[in-house]
Amino acid sequence: MDAAVFLISAAIVLAGAGGVLVARSPVHAALFLVQTLFGVSVLFVLQDATFLAAIQVIVYAGAVVILFLFVIMLLGVDRSEDLGMEPIVGQRPVAALVGASLLGMLLIALLVSVDGPTGAHGANAALGDAADNTRRLGEALFTDYVFAVELTAILLTIAVIGAVVLARKVRGPLAPLPVVVVASATIEDPEAGDGPTDTTDGHAAGEDT
Amino acid sequence: MVVTTSWYLALAAVLFSMGAVGLLTRRNPLIMIMCVELMLNAVNLTFVSLGAELGDLGGQLSVFFVLVVAASEVVVGLAVVVAIMRRRQGATVDDLSVLRG
Repeated sequence: MDAAVFLISAAIVLAGAGGVLVARSPVHAALFLVQTLFGVSVLFVLQDATFLAAIQVIVYAGAVVILFLFVIMLLGVDRSEDLGMEPIVGQRPVAALVGASLLGMLLIALLVSVDGPTGAHGANAALGDAADNTRRLGEALFTDYVFAVELTAILLTIAVIGAVVLARKVRGPLAPLPVVVVASATIEDPEAGDGPTDTTDGHAAGEDT
Repeated sequence: MVVTTSWYLALAAVLFSMGAVGLLTRRNPLIMIMCVELMLNAVNLTFVSLGAELGDLGGQLSVFFVLVVAASEVVVGLAVVVAIMRRRQGATVDDLSVLRG
């Protein structure tokens, strides 16, 4: 039973992650991210971390992804990205190689080199069962870790102030950003239709040589 | 079939690597932040799995703090993206190289 739940939610998690990687539109990527976050939350429930599963759905799938969608809609960047062309020649194979070697190293470090996880058993606070989870977490947070909780409160305040300062409208005209010569306009702009085709041609010619 | 901690660790490793590949290949800053979220979730999964394996509440407490930091990171990151996109529509991360000092 546990194995079935694990395999199904693992498939959901990986499918969502793959969707984020290949989705052309940022809106679709955000929805695939929700799928992954829900899968991870099911895995939390499977490990009796019920409070974190609820927080995962409320904070991550709720607040954070809604924030993403707000920004996407606010900026009007919900245009599909042209994934056909590589911005830097050879970037995709190198990225795949880096990802594969990272995965290999992680798997070796986690599964092969040590004989399972090691460490002290329940050194700080006992885990308890699922029904007890929220109470134990709350007790630990507001006794042993109360200073860390205060610090995160300060961090959140700073983040909110920083976001307000950064996103504030500046009075007067803004100087435009200097134009960079690297292959731009991979995010397709329907108004300026001829831009991306030019860059694609240039790259196709570049790859032949 | 018994689900051992190693299964969760392997899944988290795969998820982390997928997030890293996405971060390296995508050029839309919003999607890159989403890939960072994928990697953070993989780490959260290892925290919870090892906490369950060792019978320690510390893993779940760490995930709690990771969630808070991730939320503030998203807020500041998206504010930066908004500030940049307002000046240049459809900017990709390659255009952000003008931010260098």
